[in-house]
Amino acid sequence: MNKLWLIIQREYLSRVQKKSFILTTLLTPLAFLVFFVFVGFIMGYESDEAKKIAIVDEANMLRKAIKDDGNIFFTFPDKPLDSLKAEAARGEINGVLVIPPLSDIQAKEHKLFYYSDEQLSLDVESAIESTIGTRIREYKIAEMNLDPKVVESLRTSIEIDPEPIADDAEDISSMRTAIGAGLGFLMGIIMYMGVFIYGMMIMRSVMEEKTNRIVEVMISSVKPFQLMMGKIIGVGAVGMTQFLVWIILIPLVSILVNLVFGFDPQQMQSPGMGAAAQMDPDDMQGKIMMAMQELGSIDWWVIVPLFLLFFIGGYFLYSSLFAAVGSAIGDDIGESQSLTLPISIPVLIAFYIMMVSVRTPHSTLAVWASIFPLFSPIVMPARLAFDVPWWQITLSLVLLMATVVFFVWLSGRIYRVGILMYGKKVTLKELGKWMFYKN
Amino acid sequence: MPGHSPGVQGLSVASPWVDQEKNTQQRIGQRVIFLKNRVFYRTSGVILRFYSLCLDCKLYFGDKSADMENILELTDVVKNYQTTKAVDHVSFSMPKGSIFGMLGPNGAGKTSLIRIITRITRADSGRILINGIPLNDDHPEEIGYMPEERGLYKKMKVGDHLIYLARLKGLSEKAAKDAIHQWMDKFEISDWWNKKVEELSKGMQQKVQFIATVVHRPNLIILDEPFSGLDPINANLIKDEIDHLRQQGTSIIFSTHRMEQVEEICERIVLINRGQNVLEGNVREIKQAQKQNLFRYNLAGEVPAGVLEGKEVIDHTPGSLTLRFSEERDSNIFLKTLVDAGAYVQGFEEILPSLNEIFIRTVQSQGMTIDQPINAPS
Repeated sequence: MNKLWLIIQREYLSRVQKKSFILTTLLTPLAFLVFFVFVGFIMGYESDEAKKIAIVDEANMLRKAIKDDGNIFFTFPDKPLDSLKAEAARGEINGVLVIPPLSDIQAKEHKLFYYSDEQLSLDVESAIESTIGTRIREYKIAEMNLDPKVVESLRTSIEIDPEPIADDAEDISSMRTAIGAGLGFLMGIIMYMGVFIYGMMIMRSVMEEKTNRIVEVMISSVKPFQLMMGKIIGVGAVGMTQFLVWIILIPLVSILVNLVFGFDPQQMQSPGMGAAAQMDPDDMQGKIMMAMQELGSIDWWVIVPLFLLFFIGGYFLYSSLFAAVGSAIGDDIGESQSLTLPISIPVLIAFYIMMVSVRTPHSTLAVWASIFPLFSPIVMPARLAFDVPWWQITLSLVLLMATVVFFVWLSGRIYRVGILMYGKKVTLKELGKWMFYKN
Repeated sequence: MPGHSPGVQGLSVASPWVDQEKNTQQRIGQRVIFLKNRVFYRTSGVILRFYSLCLDCKLYFGDKSADMENILELTDVVKNYQTTKAVDHVSFSMPKGSIFGMLGPNGAGKTSLIRIITRITRADSGRILINGIPLNDDHPEEIGYMPEERGLYKKMKVGDHLIYLARLKGLSEKAAKDAIHQWMDKFEISDWWNKKVEELSKGMQQKVQFIATVVHRPNLIILDEPFSGLDPINANLIKDEIDHLRQQGTSIIFSTHRMEQVEEICERIVLINRGQNVLEGNVREIKQAQKQNLFRYNLAGEVPAGVLEGKEVIDHTPGSLTLRFSEERDSNIFLKTLVDAGAYVQGFEEILPSLNEIFIRTVQSQGMTIDQPINAPS
């Protein structure tokens, strides 16, 4: 036990004290933010070509007034179309937009003509379409003598509020579902990344020990199993440290970035949320308040420990397999690919099931995948926020723990043979044989 | 001394010298060589007989007493890998405080045996005693093992690395530090404490490796091919330290395929071939038992004509003549003949077989081959 502790200490300290570790741990949150800001900027990038467009409004539906939209400047010159076309040809204006009269006030479609030598970009085209469309709608409302308020009231925004059947059960709002999905997705991603990043770290470290030839010195002092477990636990602790630092740093940095640059990176992350942008500010605030309330009402004391349990289970399960693979291959990283693939496939499948489970947390697929031990570490956390029945969680955890014990044992058996085996091309079949080797 | 050797024979050989018109000094010199040889072989013969008597006693009284004086005792140890018999019923014992050679070609099973002794692997069957106690999980702390393939964590600092390895052998942090400082002072490498292993040259790393092997004051040190990849300076340094440790009572196993390297260091050896113990015992006794009655005569000038008639000449170069005799004493008779024939003998010595030769001969006499088994984990 004492020796295991020594190994854990070394594995932990040798990584945590490395300059590269300190730098990655500190800079990753920053890099992430820069990345999101950058992506947000790219996604939010609108056409920056200034367009001068002359409108020939034959029926004067727009009443010569239209808001310039970003870089698009509209004019209503009283010139014949031909002279405008000539201007466009000379490059004084970019194009001429002809709005013919509506054939019928109730026409559902209307065709405009745009005269220009240059192609309209998709952005500009849709911007013009939407601006003119709104104006024509206003024109129609006026022509039909309708009350704009009445027309507006025809649009109804629908929201489904889930209610429990039993009276005493906790009432949850639809917001809860969205937040649960977000949380589940986040936890699934963390699991997925954690398994891969730290699993690979262990595999490389085992390979290094083997090619370094330190391993024989080591196992003349400690049991191979101790060495393997020490490494797994040590690297796991490194992961936890990194994770904790990030949990503290990411909100801090985002607040800082917000203060310094004056924009909220969280909004930049999701430029696609057009709905939110168009929302009425009061409504927005209400939603945020509700979200905060919902976040507060989530059973963190249940979800976080469970998440940690699944994380530890998944980590041990997969990292022990990575350690076994690392022991089987020598210095040839290319050789590792064929052996890591069988480990990666269940992780990948679990990841995709997780993405579906977030949307349909109680589907048969989600339920059974979150119980199956190879998938459960990634799928179950994604469902945790959706009031998973306790029998499912218990069954899943028990199965997971049993599988962890089995896989760690199995990996230990492969590891102990692998680390002393040199110059042999290892296949999956060979690994299988190693499990049955005597000591 | 004269009483020890059979006087009559000694005199009969000596008397013709009186008649020779030679320098007295020379005569005395030759006589000394001659006497030395005789006395030496006589005494060793006595020792051999005494030893076999001891063995008989051991068999008679049971080997309890042997347990006490042997640091290591293997009985019928077997280890099979999937396709090969790595260790095939090997038995030998190693007296406490001795330097023991485990010799054999590459792939003979030496490393497999060592891995069993260091508890890296387990024997399929057989009994292994360390200090009379069956091998158990506490024993690795008593053993210092320097594998043939050795390495260190490249990114670790020398001091930290040595402390780590020492603590894994059960030393407290303070004891480890003290011992490491002592060793580093001894090797004059104290200023490496904070250097990373990767900054050291290969020779420097070997010193660190050696310290790691001995720092926890093991009772038994096992060195697998210790001189492979060692530069001569380090090799000598380590030889000296090994000798030093032995004087303090440490038992040392040298495992190597380069038999000539350990010939002069080891007191006892076991020869391993294809997983089997082909020969075990005291180096000197083995050499005596295996000797071929080869004698070399160093002569000034030509060999007198006719003396070589009917003799088995092994080697004949100017100034040196090597012969094989069917009887040991014939060498002396030939010496007399030489001297009688007027040859000027400057030196006379018996040529004992090298361990290498003994190994090859023993293996061949047992009808085995030496070639390396394929797939044997070395």
